[in-house]
Amino acid sequence: MSILVYAELRDGAVRPVTREALGEAKRLAATLGGPVTVVACAAADASFAALGEAGADKVLFAQHAAFARYDSAGHAAAVAAAAKAVGAKAVLIPASAAGKDLAPRVAALLGVGMAGDCTALDASGGKLVATRPVMAGKAYEKLAFPLSPAVVTLRPKNFAAAAPEAGKAAAVEAFAFTWDAAAPRAVVTGVSGESGGKVDLTEAEIIVSGGRGLKAPEHFALIENLAAALGATVGASRAVVDAGWRPHGEQVGQTGKTVSPKLYVAVGISGAIQHLAGMSSSRCIVAINKDPEAPIFKVADYGVVGDLFEVVPALTDAIQKLH
Amino acid sequence: MLQVVCVKQVPDSDTRVKVAADGRTLDPNGVTLVLNPYDEFAVEQSLRVKEALAAGEVVAVSLGNAGVQTTLRNVLALGADRAIHLKSDTPAPDALAVAKALAEAIKGLDAGLVWLGKSAIDDDGAQVGPMLATLLGRPCVTNVCKFELAGNVAKVEREIEGGREQLEVPLPAVFTTDKGLNEPRFASLKGIMAAKKKSIEERPVDLGAPNVERLALELPPPRAAGRIVGEGAGAVAELVRALREEAKVL
Ligand SMILES: Cc1cc2nc3c(=O)[nH]c(=O)nc-3n(C[C@H](O)[C@H](O)[C@H](O)COP(=O)(O)OP(=O)(O)OC[C@H]3O[C@@H](n4cnc5c(N)ncnc54)[C@H](O)[C@@H]3O)c2cc1C
Ligand SMILES: Nc1ncnc2c1ncn2[C@@H]1O[C@H](COP(=O)(O)O)[C@@H](O)[C@H]1O
Repeated sequence: MSILVYAELRDGAVRPVTREALGEAKRLAATLGGPVTVVACAAADASFAALGEAGADKVLFAQHAAFARYDSAGHAAAVAAAAKAVGAKAVLIPASAAGKDLAPRVAALLGVGMAGDCTALDASGGKLVATRPVMAGKAYEKLAFPLSPAVVTLRPKNFAAAAPEAGKAAAVEAFAFTWDAAAPRAVVTGVSGESGGKVDLTEAEIIVSGGRGLKAPEHFALIENLAAALGATVGASRAVVDAGWRPHGEQVGQTGKTVSPKLYVAVGISGAIQHLAGMSSSRCIVAINKDPEAPIFKVADYGVVGDLFEVVPALTDAIQKLH
Repeated sequence: MLQVVCVKQVPDSDTRVKVAADGRTLDPNGVTLVLNPYDEFAVEQSLRVKEALAAGEVVAVSLGNAGVQTTLRNVLALGADRAIHLKSDTPAPDALAVAKALAEAIKGLDAGLVWLGKSAIDDDGAQVGPMLATLLGRPCVTNVCKFELAGNVAKVEREIEGGREQLEVPLPAVFTTDKGLNEPRFASLKGIMAAKKKSIEERPVDLGAPNVERLALELPPPRAAGRIVGEGAGAVAELVRALREEAKVL
């Protein structure tokens, strides 16, 4: 019996979402019992023993030359095999682009259902109950798992990483699994970055989003400057994405990304229900809009009624002066 | 080449959620049902491939009650050739149950491409596509935002954190579609007329025991009322103070 965590790696390094999943696994282990085992799919060891500090008791290292990059079929085979090998009660996977792709495949291989993008897990009754948003956060469902293991993905920034246990090393074991790499499969041939090191919307602490109130794509420089001052990631409403002012990856809302940063600044965005669906779980919301009746003010913690072309430069200035 | 496009009927994105008396399901009163927005990209892409190849057939498949035939009829009006309605009067319990029913229907079809939306906007599951591919034992790419067919290999892109992944996939394969892949067309009058004559084959399905069990559906806790800190640039000082001292987010 064990709780299994999928280690999400990028360029050989463990991503922060893995530490969040490990923190939650450790908390669950306190009630569900069992050690916390990590399965790391990689081409080479990337000091996996250090995952001990983040809560891992043991690391199963599923090594394959094809695993220099994410491999949907191969990782699914390895994780499902690891879940069986350790008799996992629960399999925790970060709800990242890779994790969301992986988890349903793992569940299907194991013949169990799953809960994706969970915002809370509870095992206080001895059984796992997952809470997750549906209809882009307009409601939450609570799910139980009649079959074992429970496969869940954890929404980034909703689970706390464990306080590091300095010096605790996890035992790293080579994990042998069967997988036919010659069978037809999707192969990642390249990865292109939008801009080096930019934090993704779903993982950002602070987001500044712009809408149609900006009137023209070049005015997004105002949003970018404010974002730079705040160390924030830029988001957008669908109106400006559909107009071709901003790339699809920046859209927040029901058919865009669902985000929950600690601070969300909505500039020239009216607050349509589909936009609110994607951002209303943010910890603190600021709205800047010239229309005092704009629905965005209904969810905003702090509102400024005014012309964004005056307010945003003044705010950028004030933030810069803080540093 | 035969292509399958899996479509789901969902409450539209304007829906205001009310929980039904059972505490577990959405109150269907006043809810408008539409084709899942992400499935529009799936339908469109299948039609573009068919048009580019100038050959083949697009088969739309939907699992649900009698009502989903409206959505299937819409997809036929857009240009799909025929439809299969997997009929179940009880709502699907979970994604694995849906994927199993779809896999059963698709197995016999010799489909080169199977298309699904990246997720359904009611359950936000994003599960059925990769589960279906796994059950069929076929390659799969989720959240495809760029697609190109080069003979028997698809070259596709998907968005990942801070960038894009390029992939190559031998057919037959399964893809789930993301926004940005294409601009979905609208049904033409001619298409709507033609759809009336196209066939919707009805097949009853048994979804079996649930693989996950919904205990409750709840509304999110209401947000505490906020306040307008002021008007115009003059409000900035107070805003910054509030963000630092009250909200402690700066
Ligand atoms: C199926 C479906 C899915 C959708 N999905 C999404 C989604 O994922 N995300 C999303 O965002 N939308 C989505 N929408 C669209 C949504 O309904 C709205 O149309 C969209 O959010 C509006 O964008 P906006 O707020 O930028 O523009 P508008 O609604 O035009 O609002 C512009 C705002 O700017 C303000 N403004 C104008 N000038 C100034 C100024 N000088 N200073 C300050 N304020 C100013 C105005 O008062 C107004 O409130 C979806 C719609 C549908 C039907
Ligand atoms: N009942 C259904 N019938 C046909 N296709 C479905 C059904 N449910 C889900 N799908 C497909 O699977 C995709 C993802 O759904 P989901 O995993 O529920 O988010 C949808 O966009 C559809 O393409």
